[in-house]
Amino acid sequence: MTDLTSLTLAEARDRLKSRAISSVEITEVHLEAIERAKALNAFVVTTPEKALDMAAASDARLAKGEGGPLEGLPVGVKDLYATEGVHTQACSHILDGFRPPYESTVTANLWRDGAVMLGKLNMDEFAMGSSNETSYYGPVASPWLPSNWTRERARAALAEGKRGLLSPGGSSGGSSAAVAARLCLAATASDTGGSIRQPAAFTGVVGIKPTYGRCSRWGMVAFASSLDQAGPLARTVRDAAIMLRSMAGPDPKDSTCSPAPVPDYEAAVGRSVKGLTIGVPKEYRLEGMNPEIEALWAQGAEWLRAAGASIVDVSLPNTRHALPAYYIVAPAEASSNLARYDGVRYGLREPASDIVDLYERTRASGFGAEVRRRLMIGAYVLSAGYYDAYYVRAQKIRTLIKRDFELAFERGVDAILTPATPSAAFGIGEKGSEDPVEMYLNDVFTVTVNMAGLPGLVAPAGLSSEGLPLGLQLIGRPFDEETLFTLGEAIEQSAGRTKLPEAWWG
Amino acid sequence: MSVDLSAVRRIAHLARIGVSEAEIPHLQGEINAILRFVQALEAVDVEGVEPMTSVIPIRLPMRDDVVTDGDIADKVLANAPLTGDGFFLVPKVIE
Repeated sequence: MTDLTSLTLAEARDRLKSRAISSVEITEVHLEAIERAKALNAFVVTTPEKALDMAAASDARLAKGEGGPLEGLPVGVKDLYATEGVHTQACSHILDGFRPPYESTVTANLWRDGAVMLGKLNMDEFAMGSSNETSYYGPVASPWLPSNWTRERARAALAEGKRGLLSPGGSSGGSSAAVAARLCLAATASDTGGSIRQPAAFTGVVGIKPTYGRCSRWGMVAFASSLDQAGPLARTVRDAAIMLRSMAGPDPKDSTCSPAPVPDYEAAVGRSVKGLTIGVPKEYRLEGMNPEIEALWAQGAEWLRAAGASIVDVSLPNTRHALPAYYIVAPAEASSNLARYDGVRYGLREPASDIVDLYERTRASGFGAEVRRRLMIGAYVLSAGYYDAYYVRAQKIRTLIKRDFELAFERGVDAILTPATPSAAFGIGEKGSEDPVEMYLNDVFTVTVNMAGLPGLVAPAGLSSEGLPLGLQLIGRPFDEETLFTLGEAIEQSAGRTKLPEAWWG
Repeated sequence: MSVDLSAVRRIAHLARIGVSEAEIPHLQGEINAILRFVQALEAVDVEGVEPMTSVIPIRLPMRDDVVTDGDIADKVLANAPLTGDGFFLVPKVIE
């Protein structure tokens, strides 16, 4: 019998529906897998009792021939989503002990559709990071190993602070590692500058950041409100489509959430790409670009051409301004959003003699170094005398970035193909310790999409010479996630399903 | 643009983050590295460009102006580090 953790979400769904397996059975198998993989540190909290209760309820519904689109399927939830009565800290010390008395809209939608919650997944603190190393709960080890590493060496490294092991990317590093290590069938993630797509590329799984407003942000711990979007990580394009259909949808509690009905994304998987026009933007060809990434990109265009799409060159001249502008807009919004962590209403509180001292002590010990740095940058660019020079200018540049994409789409381009990341996964502790900007450069291909509010999908497209996964990104028109699922599956078919690493961790 | 040591102290206070004197030179270096990184934007021609206010054209929904929430003081206070008689407690603010 096949290991139930190796099933895709779609396969598991079909077997549950035909009653070939039960939800309790597949949930138990995943809880055991999580237990054996504890040292990877992908989950920060597991909720086995809740999971088994939900699974039993799903089995009862399935037995009556009832159940939603995700009935009985065990999934993981990024620690950024408020889950009623369950640990929700965005992996920050400042939210110590926080148990929300409410449920986020996205997770409520998953439970409405029958999904089973396994627990909360590790992430960079407040989603600020690209390697999962800023988490208060420590880094996550990727299930992928550096080339020529033996199982023994890897297990020894796990026991010694994960030195030399690879990062699963970030900020959704717990989600990507858990999906790639088969600890859950799929997971929720979130993306402010690349936090779904870069971890997908690093771990050989599929991730989509939908259009801004496609998913409700209600109950998601806010980082940068004009950029944040929820999205799934899953092992196939079809699985990501199934997840997004349930996660997305109108919500009166988020005024930026689109009232448009959610299409059946799964129906877009397997459609022909014939007649679609794919733009290849020359500005993404960076000086000193990794030749492997460049070759993969060309290969991706060739696959889509062979499948019947036409490939055209497009120009997005303001691309290079996106990352610097992001590092003004995102910290500015963060400094405003994170002002709420004051030691008074929830979470950590450091003893102090007066109220300002209480704020300053609590925030000094509650926030990690990266969060403190970004909050200070944010306070600076919003402060009197600097607001116009930094913040307003960055928002104007954002208009230019969005206009570039609009012009490309007006010329008949259906989607844009780019690399996902400048390289394959790097090692834990390898980047950003001297210069924070070194880590920021990871988001160079993904951040434009957030700045323009567009949907972006990353699908695995092959392996590097070191045997590590590499991904390609497809960028779509606003609210045209369907075309991305169609094209993503075409890439998946051409590249062949990525063979995920065997369970060396236990 | 770059920040000096006194600017770092001022920014930290604006952000209500306590910093020790020993940390300030290091923070200065990091903040200036980020400011150098964003400096390229100064050269971009933004004449006549509207700053972005909404990334996706979406009409803000209207609803009836009625109370839709409330009477959940217990839930609001449930996660507070210190409460008393249905209030959040903080160190004395007024002498």
